[in-house]
Amino acid sequence: MANITKTNRRDFLKIAATATGGLFIGFYWSGCDSPKMQVLSTEEILSKATDFNSFLSITPDGDIVIYSPNPELGQNIKTSFPMVVAEELDADWSRVRVLQANLDTEKYERQLTGGSGAMPHSWERLRKAGATARLLLISAAATRLEVDKNTLTTEKGIIYHKESGRKLSYGEVVLDAAQLEAPDEVIFKDPKDFKIIGTPVKNVDNKDIFTGKPLFGLDFYREGMLLAMVQRPPFGMKIKSVDDASARAIPGIQDVIVYDNNVAIVGNSTWPLMKAKRRLNVSYEPEGEVESSFDHDRIFKELLDSKDARAMREDGDVDAAFKNASKIVTSEYQCPFLSHSPMEPMNFFAHVKEDQVELIGPTQTPDSARVQTANLLGIPKENISVEITRLGGGFGRRLRADYVLEAVEISKRMNAPVKVTWSREDDMTGGAYRPAVRYRFSAALDEAGNMIGYKLRGVGMNAGNSVRQDNFPSGAVENVLIENVNYASSITTNAWRAPITNFLAYAEQSFLDEVALEAQKDPIQFRLELLEKAKTSPIGSVNYDIDRMIGVIKDAAEKSNWGKDSNVKQGFSVYFSHRSYVAQVANIEMENNQPVLKKIIASTDCGIVVNPTGANHQVRGGIVDGMGHAMYGNLTFENGLPKQKNFDSYRLIRMKEVPEVEVHYLDSGFDPTGLGEPALPPTGGAIANAIFAATGRRLRSQPFVEQKEFSDINLEIKRG
Amino acid sequence: MAKIEFTINGKEQTVDIDPSTPVLWVLRDHLDLVGTKYGCGIAQCGACTIHLDGEAVRSCVLPISSVQGQKITTIEGLSQDGDHPLQKAWMEHDVPQCGYCQTGQIMSAAALLKNVPNPSDAEIDTAMNGNICRCGTYTRIKTAIKIASKSL
Repeated sequence: MANITKTNRRDFLKIAATATGGLFIGFYWSGCDSPKMQVLSTEEILSKATDFNSFLSITPDGDIVIYSPNPELGQNIKTSFPMVVAEELDADWSRVRVLQANLDTEKYERQLTGGSGAMPHSWERLRKAGATARLLLISAAATRLEVDKNTLTTEKGIIYHKESGRKLSYGEVVLDAAQLEAPDEVIFKDPKDFKIIGTPVKNVDNKDIFTGKPLFGLDFYREGMLLAMVQRPPFGMKIKSVDDASARAIPGIQDVIVYDNNVAIVGNSTWPLMKAKRRLNVSYEPEGEVESSFDHDRIFKELLDSKDARAMREDGDVDAAFKNASKIVTSEYQCPFLSHSPMEPMNFFAHVKEDQVELIGPTQTPDSARVQTANLLGIPKENISVEITRLGGGFGRRLRADYVLEAVEISKRMNAPVKVTWSREDDMTGGAYRPAVRYRFSAALDEAGNMIGYKLRGVGMNAGNSVRQDNFPSGAVENVLIENVNYASSITTNAWRAPITNFLAYAEQSFLDEVALEAQKDPIQFRLELLEKAKTSPIGSVNYDIDRMIGVIKDAAEKSNWGKDSNVKQGFSVYFSHRSYVAQVANIEMENNQPVLKKIIASTDCGIVVNPTGANHQVRGGIVDGMGHAMYGNLTFENGLPKQKNFDSYRLIRMKEVPEVEVHYLDSGFDPTGLGEPALPPTGGAIANAIFAATGRRLRSQPFVEQKEFSDINLEIKRG
Repeated sequence: MAKIEFTINGKEQTVDIDPSTPVLWVLRDHLDLVGTKYGCGIAQCGACTIHLDGEAVRSCVLPISSVQGQKITTIEGLSQDGDHPLQKAWMEHDVPQCGYCQTGQIMSAAALLKNVPNPSDAEIDTAMNGNICRCGTYTRIKTAIKIASKSL
């Protein structure tokens, strides 16, 4: 059914149509004054285009410009957002140009990439943007044709009056339409009438990517800009002394600045900076705790037994349940620090001009970068502009503005435009990691194998809350105690794709497998029984949709032929995160007595699938990411510095290690939810559970390939 | 500083530069060719892959002094209009996510197909082992290489 939705005036302030480019200056890539950046022929289109709302402009020739406000880092939002606008507009997709919008908090809300939240937040707004413009175009056409607007239909940018056989293109009525008041109500399409949503639409930046056009922040160039690299201190250390004489002696080095425990080298090109940085002689001294990985192991042990844990959820009487249990299962799981390591290292351009600042580069949170810059300089944030380039990955690292502020600081001190570039070593050692965490799980079973008590304590290194107390199996168990202990480490941490759940899901789903085994139940049946209990007699609050979780579990079981082939050793895992539900089965076959990962099957419920290829990319990519880091990822510390500094010692998954991945979606009809993160959390658990099914041994720490007790098994999993 | 002459994307080029400068930074900082990407600086990720006399090399560890008189091809020179069979296959199969590593992936794949027009899975794995994709697009890269190999 089509549904009527009230328009929100703030969303759709219809800007008076001036039919000039004046309105759009803020939207340009910096084409005008930066010869290296792409000069889009779209400029000509823009100079003729009429602005309908924050998302949409149309020219008299029928070209359509759709602005995508959220930073694009590979989650494909720059393609999927415009698809939604174009759908409700009934646009001809081949006439659509997509432009990355600059930061504009007047026009857009939640202009950030994080939490897989963009699509659920903007779904209705985007539909309104397209539907409102379509209604205005129809109204203008009705006046022109002197017919009732209800007799008009639209298709691919053409308005038809079927009765008389007359038609008008959107372009022909765009100037008239732009003079009209935006309607109070719009009618959304019935999803069954979608023509663009649900079809595979290719990445709008594909050609520029394949031909090497300057899309990324690191590609940005401005005549007269300086380049800078920064030497940062080890964690817990401060500068004792700096000898920069031999660094300064490198030709092309313009200055060396010491500020806030950092040493910045400034010059005109990258290689001299890299050379000079190696010749810097900076000595450091402790300023608080200087940590090494063995300290973390000790701290984990202490805090798992600490009396100071914070109870995050308590249902029933856990002590009584464990006292009355006929069987108790207890296990600990540990996950290391990880680097985000997007392929494009951190970088940003800043030009501080008296009380104005221009910021250009890859950021997941342009508004946060702006606010932090305003605070640093003590100027109003309105004086700061932010252009968002394409991001060469982010994974949460670019939610921080530390590297933006470096560019601001150095630009201010040099009184010149400056681009800060991090080397890979800087990127890996400069901080903000996925935190290391250790969990202790306990389950109490009654004689019939029912889980009557469940305890979880998480200890995290700057992890904040390392548990998700209201996630499954909470709601399905009578007696629950979930606790958190946070250790204030000197090592900086940050959200990392699917924060917390990227390791909690592995630990929890592995533990539930252990409990199912002790209860002598099939792992899937065990979970379904718990969910049935949560449905019929929920304990406390239940924050997940039980039926949707059951839906993906049953679908994954069916699609994977769960338990049907004794030669295939299977591991199951299911997780709800970021509003989406994903169940996975890993299939392992033994070859020459060694486990070979043949396939991972995933069933996902993310509501309406906006772009099937985009969704596949996210699910497959999430699984490869989850697998790679569970298998190989490990960042260890020695005296406040990571021991792994580049990809020779910090191992990322490569092509030959990727198994076949099969993806399925449930047609649940819900509004779409995000997919940038939800497919990652279940993967580590599915693989570990399959390894157990194949070998009878449980992987209780990551990375899997570094577990000493598995040294007799070749976990260098071969693709089938 | 030293004067170094070479051919880049079919054109004669002379640079006067610190001879230890890696080709990567000459391309990016001095010749406005930014399609060749910086990823690691130690030949571990493949983002900087170019062709030197037709062979795939990592330009981040290749001093400019070593290319005197040789022929370099970068992604900008791989085809006239982005229509190399691999670029077309990359489009057809919608390979990229963030896209940052893809020019290096294409350059590695182009060198492979030049030497082995119909590579097996194992040959693709070996040739592409030096190229990291942090987004995990590997399966589509492999499929696109196979599509392109059929059209050669």
